[in-house]
Amino acid sequence: MRNSSINKSRYGFYFVLPYFIVFLVFGLTPILFSLYLSFTKWDGFSDPVWVGLDNYARLFKDTYFFKSIGNTLIIWIMSIVPQLILALALAMILNEKFIKGKHFFRAVFYFPNIVTPVTLGVLFSLMFDWQTGSVNKFLMAIGLVDDPVYWFNSPWLSRIIVAGVIMWQYFGFNMLVFIAGLQSIPEELYEAAQVDGATKWDMATQITLPLLKPVLLFTFITSVIGGLQLFDAPLMLGNGPDNSTLTMVMYLFQTAFQQFDYSYGAAIAYAIFVIVLFFSLISMKFSNMKKVEE
Amino acid sequence: MKANDSVIKNGISLKQTKTKKAFNAKSFFGKFAVYFVLIAVAFTCLLPFYSMMITSTHTNSDIARKLLLIPGSEFMNNYNRLIDTVPVWRGFINTVFITVVSTVLNLYFSALAGYGFSKYNYKGKNILFLAVLGTMMIPGQLGIIGFFKLMDSFQMLNTYWPLILPSISNAFGIFFMKQMCDSSIPYEILESGRIDGCGELKIFHRLVLPLLMPAVATLGIFSFIGKWNDFLTPMIVLFDNELQPLPVMIAMVKSQFSTDFGAMYVGIVISVIPILIFFSLVSKKIISGITAGALKG
Repeated sequence: MRNSSINKSRYGFYFVLPYFIVFLVFGLTPILFSLYLSFTKWDGFSDPVWVGLDNYARLFKDTYFFKSIGNTLIIWIMSIVPQLILALALAMILNEKFIKGKHFFRAVFYFPNIVTPVTLGVLFSLMFDWQTGSVNKFLMAIGLVDDPVYWFNSPWLSRIIVAGVIMWQYFGFNMLVFIAGLQSIPEELYEAAQVDGATKWDMATQITLPLLKPVLLFTFITSVIGGLQLFDAPLMLGNGPDNSTLTMVMYLFQTAFQQFDYSYGAAIAYAIFVIVLFFSLISMKFSNMKKVEE
Repeated sequence: MKANDSVIKNGISLKQTKTKKAFNAKSFFGKFAVYFVLIAVAFTCLLPFYSMMITSTHTNSDIARKLLLIPGSEFMNNYNRLIDTVPVWRGFINTVFITVVSTVLNLYFSALAGYGFSKYNYKGKNILFLAVLGTMMIPGQLGIIGFFKLMDSFQMLNTYWPLILPSISNAFGIFFMKQMCDSSIPYEILESGRIDGCGELKIFHRLVLPLLMPAVATLGIFSFIGKWNDFLTPMIVLFDNELQPLPVMIAMVKSQFSTDFGAMYVGIVISVIPILIFFSLVSKKIISGITAGALKG
């Protein structure tokens, strides 16, 4: 179309080239190499030995792996449901005109999201410590419990704490996304509803929620992908009693880099990939994401 | 349009003041409840950090016995025990180095490739761009074991190269920068640069990059936070404790001080304070960046 840009067009190709070279070397090659390693036996010292599907056969009989899938799903559901409800409620409150100090509240709610997950994991493992944690001290001081609660001795309490930390870290981010969605709803709709005599509740359920649906689905799907890869914070909180808070990626890490079973770790990585893909596709199908995106 | 809007808004506010007068008590309690919820949640967000700072200033025996609400005087003792074993400040400097270098590389090459996708037409451009978007769907841990083996054969283990070089290929950065180039770089500027005899790379450096600065700042903040929090890759590719970044140091604090709570608390205080300062400086930019990004998604 434009003569001058047509004869310069090869520069555009040179400009995108560094991305592809680096992606091939540091992104794609490791992924394909992992696939190859997952068909071998490799301990990190001797050379990999081809064993075919042995690692995958072992995976199907591995109760720890199935347990880690279950744990990941349980912890994800326990954190995502209250997280989205709280984020939505706060977004709707902070979108009201009469609220003062909006910026302050948004900043405070978002702050936990940028603290290193490792730090949060260590902090919460200290706070919920059986004998020295401040949570038990506080509960005893206000008389809710008589003896310290041994949080990390109970599978379900441990899972609740892990889910709670994750919810606490991410609700502020989701709230900001929801506020952005709320601000894109045209003011006129609310004015028309007000003229028709609609109550606040009517407006929330008839206008806000339906129009916010694309944003809600976007948040839901990104959280499926992120939630199934939970790692840093749960690792610091430990495996829990009877491995009740061992997540899939923690199992991958411990197998490969602590037990030095790299090839089996590679098979686990591919299994996690298939599981993440499966759940993302289900949630996209379930929510008709394709239509929404258009 | 604007005049119209303000008329409508005035109309609404008149109506609201009327209803306010009618239900004065009800709306007062409504507002009270709303502020109560907001303050309670804000309290919950800050309390762990308050507790962490207070606890870091007490002796281990006090931490074990009492509920601590006010600062004590033991911070320096806890601090000294911590830095005798774990070089936290070294970790801090390592993190700053890795983060700054990676962020600069990420921003420069994202802007370059985004510009390359936005303003030039060459064969296979659309397929290449689809390929970039496709790589965004791949989960981060998929290639981690192959990455480890590959870095081993490149002799790059225990160096910063595997942490820094991959920053050049950031699919989201390219996507973001392409959007920005589409909307805020007019063809006329590039034409005028060519008439003045600039080379293509010079046009990018002198004309395009300065115009992209707001986008660079937004992407820069997110790239910075992401890299600052990176944990898995450094833990895998680095072996020397001296080379580790701050998150790995914090994990070391946890494993090496299993009973020294004061030292552990000081460690996490050191990892939170810089983030707190950084956030209080740029929180407006971060928050508007998320809301802008969310609307595009």
